[in-house]
Amino acid sequence: MMNPRTEAELAEAVAGAAGPLRIVGGGTRPVGRPQSGEVLSVAELSGLELYEPGALTMVARAGTPLDEIEAALAAEGQRLPFEPMDHRTLLGTRGAPTIGGVVAANVSGPRRIQAGACRDSLIGVRFVDGRGVPIKSGGRVMKNVTGYDLVKLLAGSHGTLGVLSEVSFKVLPRPDMAAVLRIAGLPDGDAVRALSLALTSPFEVSGAAHMPEGSDGTPMTLIRIEGFEASVSYRAAELRTLLAAFGDITVETDPEHVGACWRRIRDVEPFAEQAGDVWRISVKPSDGPRAAAASGARRVLYDWGGGLVWALVDAGRDIRPALSEIPGHATLVRAAEETRAAIPAFQPEPAPLAAISAGLRRQFDPRGILNPGLMG
Amino acid sequence: MEMPVPSPSVLAKKARIVQRLSAVLPADAVIHDVTETRAYECDALTAYKCPPLCAVLPGSTEEVAAVLKICHEEHVPVVPRGSGTSLAGGALPTADSVILGVARLNEVLEVDYDNRLIRVQSGRTNLGVTGAVEEDGFFYAPDPSSQLACAIAGNIAMNSGGAHCLKYGVTTNNLLGVTMVLMDGTVVEIGGGHLDAPGLDLLGLVCGSEGQLGVVTEATLRILRKPEGARPVLIGYDSNETAGQCVSDIIKAGVLPVAIEFMDRPCIRATEAFAHAGYPDCEALLIVEVEGSDAEIDAQLGVIAQIARKHDPVELREAQDADQAARIWLGRKSAFGAMGQINDYMCLDGTIPVSSLPHVLRRIGEMSKDYGLDVGNVFHAGDGNMHPLILFDANKPGDLERCEAFGADILKLCVEVGGCLTGEHGVGIEKRDLMGAQFTAADLEAQLRVKDVFDPEWLLNPAKVFPLASTEGRRAA
Repeated sequence: MMNPRTEAELAEAVAGAAGPLRIVGGGTRPVGRPQSGEVLSVAELSGLELYEPGALTMVARAGTPLDEIEAALAAEGQRLPFEPMDHRTLLGTRGAPTIGGVVAANVSGPRRIQAGACRDSLIGVRFVDGRGVPIKSGGRVMKNVTGYDLVKLLAGSHGTLGVLSEVSFKVLPRPDMAAVLRIAGLPDGDAVRALSLALTSPFEVSGAAHMPEGSDGTPMTLIRIEGFEASVSYRAAELRTLLAAFGDITVETDPEHVGACWRRIRDVEPFAEQAGDVWRISVKPSDGPRAAAASGARRVLYDWGGGLVWALVDAGRDIRPALSEIPGHATLVRAAEETRAAIPAFQPEPAPLAAISAGLRRQFDPRGILNPGLMG
Repeated sequence: MEMPVPSPSVLAKKARIVQRLSAVLPADAVIHDVTETRAYECDALTAYKCPPLCAVLPGSTEEVAAVLKICHEEHVPVVPRGSGTSLAGGALPTADSVILGVARLNEVLEVDYDNRLIRVQSGRTNLGVTGAVEEDGFFYAPDPSSQLACAIAGNIAMNSGGAHCLKYGVTTNNLLGVTMVLMDGTVVEIGGGHLDAPGLDLLGLVCGSEGQLGVVTEATLRILRKPEGARPVLIGYDSNETAGQCVSDIIKAGVLPVAIEFMDRPCIRATEAFAHAGYPDCEALLIVEVEGSDAEIDAQLGVIAQIARKHDPVELREAQDADQAARIWLGRKSAFGAMGQINDYMCLDGTIPVSSLPHVLRRIGEMSKDYGLDVGNVFHAGDGNMHPLILFDANKPGDLERCEAFGADILKLCVEVGGCLTGEHGVGIEKRDLMGAQFTAADLEAQLRVKDVFDPEWLLNPAKVFPLASTEGRRAA
C-alpha cells in the first residue's frame, strides 16, 4: 500500500507504478467493478488549505476527512451545498469518508434539486494523471470559464482519469432553520405529483422525497424548506395551502427530527439492514413511479422529486433490460463482489459516447492503471 | 492578433465545397458570395475581421450533420456561430473556414413544467427561452447582458453567466442535456431529463468548450419558478476597501442575495452623465438584490441595511416601489453604453477572489496612469467576476495595442492573486495567448488531449482557446 503525503510523492507513486492501482480515500464507497491493484491511498494527503468565509470558497487536500471540512464550515455558519450522502450505512463500510472520495464519486444528497450536485459546487481540482503528471483545472474562484472544464470531467470519474490531490468548492451559508412537511398515505403517482407541485412553486423547496413504506410501514411524502424563521413559517403555510388537496399536512421543525428525517433519505437507511442488491435509478421525475414498477424492486425510495429512485432488488438480477424503454440510467450501488464483477455498475453508453469515454480514459491513463475497468 | 495561414488547398476548392454544401441544404442556406460572407466576418470583438470561405445556415440537426460530414471529408475547418455576440472572438472565422450558424434552429421543442425543463433548438436566444415560459411564471436563470440577442448555443459554448449566478449558477449548472453533432457528422445525445451522468460527465465537459468539441443543435435546460418578488438596495461608500468589506460581511452574515453589483467612481460618473440614474458621487457603489415575498425581502434587506450602516455609507437607498427599483438598476444596466459614449472600450472579464478586490482595484488604478488610458470597473462582487472597461480611441494609431497590453496586464494580475483570465466570456482568440499565465504546459496538454478525442483532425474552431504555437502540430496533421 502506498501512502503519499504530498502531491509530488503522489505523482512519483503513479509514475513508478508497475501495474494497476486501486485508489482509495476513506474506503467507504466500494462501488463499481472490484479492484485488485496495489492500493494507493490519498488519506495522508490531508488538510484544509484555504477557507475564506467572506468569499464562500474553500480549498482542501483530497484526503481530508469530510467531518473535518463540515466542522470547519459549520464553525462559520456555512456548509457544503450538496449534502453528500454517507455510504457507510447502506454499504456497511467503516472508515472516514474523504472530500476526494466525495468528488471522485460525485456524491450528492437530497439538496441536489435546489443547490446542484457535488460537481456544481466544485470549482477547482488538482490531480495526477495516469502518467504521473500533476494537472490542474479551474481554481478557487466561482466564476471561471478559462479553458475546458476538466473539473466536471473529474467529478464522478471514480479515479479512472486521475488521482485527485486537491479540490476547491463554493460553499453556502447554513440557514437558521429547516422544516419538513409530511403528507401521509399517498400512492407513488400522487406523491410525485405533490412533489412536482411543491417544486414548481416559488417557495424554494430543498428536499422532495417519498417513502412508499415509511417508518410505520405506510407511505410518507416529505418536503423540506430552509431559511430564516419567518421565511420558513411563511413558506410552510403557503405550501400547506397549495398542497391541501393531497391530504393532511403536518409540519415538523424540531431540528433533531428534521435532521434525522433527511439523513434517512440521504443515506437510504431503510435498505441498510435489508438483504438484496441496491440500485440507483436516475430518470425524469415524472417517470419515477414507472421506473420503480418496471424495475421489479422489492422496495423503493424516491428522492429528487421522483427523479432518483433507490431500488432494493433480488440479489444478482440486472434490472436494466426491464428499464430499457424509460430514458435515464441505473447504477448498481450495492451487491456482492461476484455480482459487481458480472453486471457493469454503470450504465453502458451508446457506441459513440462509449468511444469518447474510452478515448478520454486512454488519453488520461494510457497505461490503463487507474482503477481499471471500475466504470466499465 | 495572429491567425493561422489559410490552407491554399481549401481556398482552391471553394467552388467544389460550396457545390457539395448546396446539395444538402436549401439554396438560401449557403452564403458564398464575397459581399454577403462579410456579414460573418466578425463577432462582437469587432477589432478583428476576416470573411469566411462561406457560411451555412442549416435548419435541422440532420442538415448540421450533413454539413459537418462534408467538411470533414474535405478537411475544411468549421467555425460554429450562435448569434455572434462573443466578446472574445469565439466566432471569428479564418478565410479557409466554413461558418456554421445555428440561427435558423430557434424552435421550442418541448415545455415540461412537471419536470422543470424546456427543450429548445440551440439557435434560440437566451431571452427567447424565458419568453417561452414566463407567462406561466417560469424563467431560465442564466442572464448574460447580451441575453436579448445571444443564442443558447453560444451560452453553452462559453458557459455563460450573468448578474444572478451567485444564487442560480451559470449555464453548466442549468444544462441538463444536449443533442450534439461531432465533426465527422455523428449525432450524439448527452444527458436528458434526468439530473446526473451515467458515466463520465461529458455534458460538463462540452459546456464551456467553445465550439471545439461538437456543434450543439438542441439543449434541455432547467427552468425555475419565478420568485414572488425581488428588490434592490443601493449603497454608496467613500472607499473600495469599505465596499469590499461590506460585501464580505453580508455574505458572512448568511444572507445570499441574488446579485451584488459593484461600480467604481469612473464608472459611476460616466453612467450618471449618460443615464441620470441619480447615483451618489462616491468612490464605490453597491447594488444588492434579494428575492422572496414582500415580508421576506423586508427581512433580508433589514439585515443588509444593518450591516451596510456599520460601515458608514455615503448613501443607503432602498427601493420603495418598482419605479425606484428600476432607477437603481438603470445606471448599472447602462454602464457599458455609458462608457461607449465616452470612447471605444475594451471589456475585460477576469475573476478574482473577493478578498483581493481593494488590492486589484488599486493596482488597476496605478496601471491606468502608467498606460495613460482611463478605466472604469463594473463587477459582480458576490462572485469576484470583474469587468474592467478600458477606454481607448480606435482611430488613434497605437491606442488599441496599448489597450490590449493594459488588458493583458490586468488579466495577469487576476491570475496572480488567485483568480482567472475569464469568468464568463470565454477565451476565444482574445485571451488565447495568455493561457500560459494561468496554466502549465501539462495543464494545457490535458485539455488538448480532450479535443484530440472529440475532433482528432482539429477542424472545429481550431484557432481558438489555446496559444497557436501549442496547437500547430495538431492543426497541421
